[in-house]
Amino acid sequence: MNVPDTLLYSESHEWVLVENGIGTVGITDHAQNELTDIVYADIPAPGKTLSAGETAAVVESVKAASDIYTPVSGEVIESNSALESQPALLNTDPFGDGWIFKIRLSDPSELDKLKTPDAYRSMIS
Amino acid sequence: MPPKKTLLSDAHQALGGRMVDFAGWLMPVQYAGILQEHQAVRSSAGAFDISHMGEFFVSGSGALPWMESLFTNKLSSLEIGRCQYTLMLNESGGVIDDLIAYRIGEQEYLLIVNASKIDEDAAWLREHLPPDSDIAFSDASDLFAAVAVQGPDSPAIYEKLFARPMPAKNCVEPFSLPCGNGWLGITGYTGEAGFEIFLETSDASSAETLWKSVLDAGATPCGLGARDTLRLEMCYPLNGSDLSPSTSPLEAGLGFFVDLEKDPFCGRDTLLSQKQNGLQKRLAALLVEGKAPPLRPHYPVFSGETQIGETTSGALSPSLNSGIAMAYLPAELAKIGTEVSVEIRGKKFPARIVRKPFYTRP
Repeated sequence: MNVPDTLLYSESHEWVLVENGIGTVGITDHAQNELTDIVYADIPAPGKTLSAGETAAVVESVKAASDIYTPVSGEVIESNSALESQPALLNTDPFGDGWIFKIRLSDPSELDKLKTPDAYRSMIS
Repeated sequence: MPPKKTLLSDAHQALGGRMVDFAGWLMPVQYAGILQEHQAVRSSAGAFDISHMGEFFVSGSGALPWMESLFTNKLSSLEIGRCQYTLMLNESGGVIDDLIAYRIGEQEYLLIVNASKIDEDAAWLREHLPPDSDIAFSDASDLFAAVAVQGPDSPAIYEKLFARPMPAKNCVEPFSLPCGNGWLGITGYTGEAGFEIFLETSDASSAETLWKSVLDAGATPCGLGARDTLRLEMCYPLNGSDLSPSTSPLEAGLGFFVDLEKDPFCGRDTLLSQKQNGLQKRLAALLVEGKAPPLRPHYPVFSGETQIGETTSGALSPSLNSGIAMAYLPAELAKIGTEVSVEIRGKKFPARIVRKPFYTRP
């Protein structure tokens, strides 16, 4: 399972990449594999304010709908509209074109509570 | 209670099947992916473990009149070597189970019932055995492994396995292979050509030999996920979801399998009065219009601002790439073309009542 070294991870299998106070959030390779073929994504509207751990998106496989939680608090500034027409990007490129939303962090200290790549690797192994 | 395992359980795990608890059975929901498996059945062939389903044998001179008094379809018109879909109702006309009755001899029948209803069906049937009859009833569910082969390549697979052409739909015939003996029913639950193999065995290696020969002949292993999307595209009801003790087969749109002219059967009075007075509700097929999440069971259905029902089954149709569902709706609204909406996570999505089935072969 791919776990890039440049990201931080949540226990609920989201990843976040922080650059200049903006976090890009998606689901991990492990998560997409567990969820199976994703056929629909409900993505958050820009401008929405979310607290860490709150439901930010819903992805649906043929079999089930699953909530995706934001690992950090803040305001959503952009979401990946490509997922509306191509939800399968979440399966094929979860760390790249399958990103879900960008959020302006309101409390960067929350990053300390997330898992390092090694810690996440051991959690899913 | 841990879920029961079929004789093919190890074979599923070796193939990477994702195992889930379904009706008390540990079953594969998918192997490579539901969409891929669905497509395999629509375009070539898929194989399903259906060993969890129940097998009952009934024989004796009293067998036919007894089953006629409990089932909705006209069993007396069934020839030897043929099968029919039928339903077993409670006294108030609600569905206990839907089943396939195979006539395998002059006075000998094989009944295939739903996995979740084996014990309830057997208890109901035993309870209704007439005293002093010569009817032999047995629940042989633990003595069979079963595999369904479905898809346009099924006839070719049948010939490879049994060295004879696949008979017509709704036929049943015995078979004998090195791995064992049993019955072949030319039926299915997907809308495609296909057959179901009932192998009499309690031995995992025999069941695995059969499973492997089906896969080697070209069938793709398919799980319950694809089985559900395939049957829903055809509007085939699933008991426990679309059928229940409080819905009648007429309300479910299964009147074709109900003979109200034959001798009385359990539940008939309710059906006669429903027919006379008109149905209050009907099981309608809903197709979502435009982009929307996949439909799922228990989503509220609206006409304008008024809730008129809820979905009983729902999915994303892989063939149509649209949300599809079935729902019991007031009869006056359950008409082809009626515009409704389905509420998903607080938002309403437009849908339309369409003719059944959703899918017809191109």
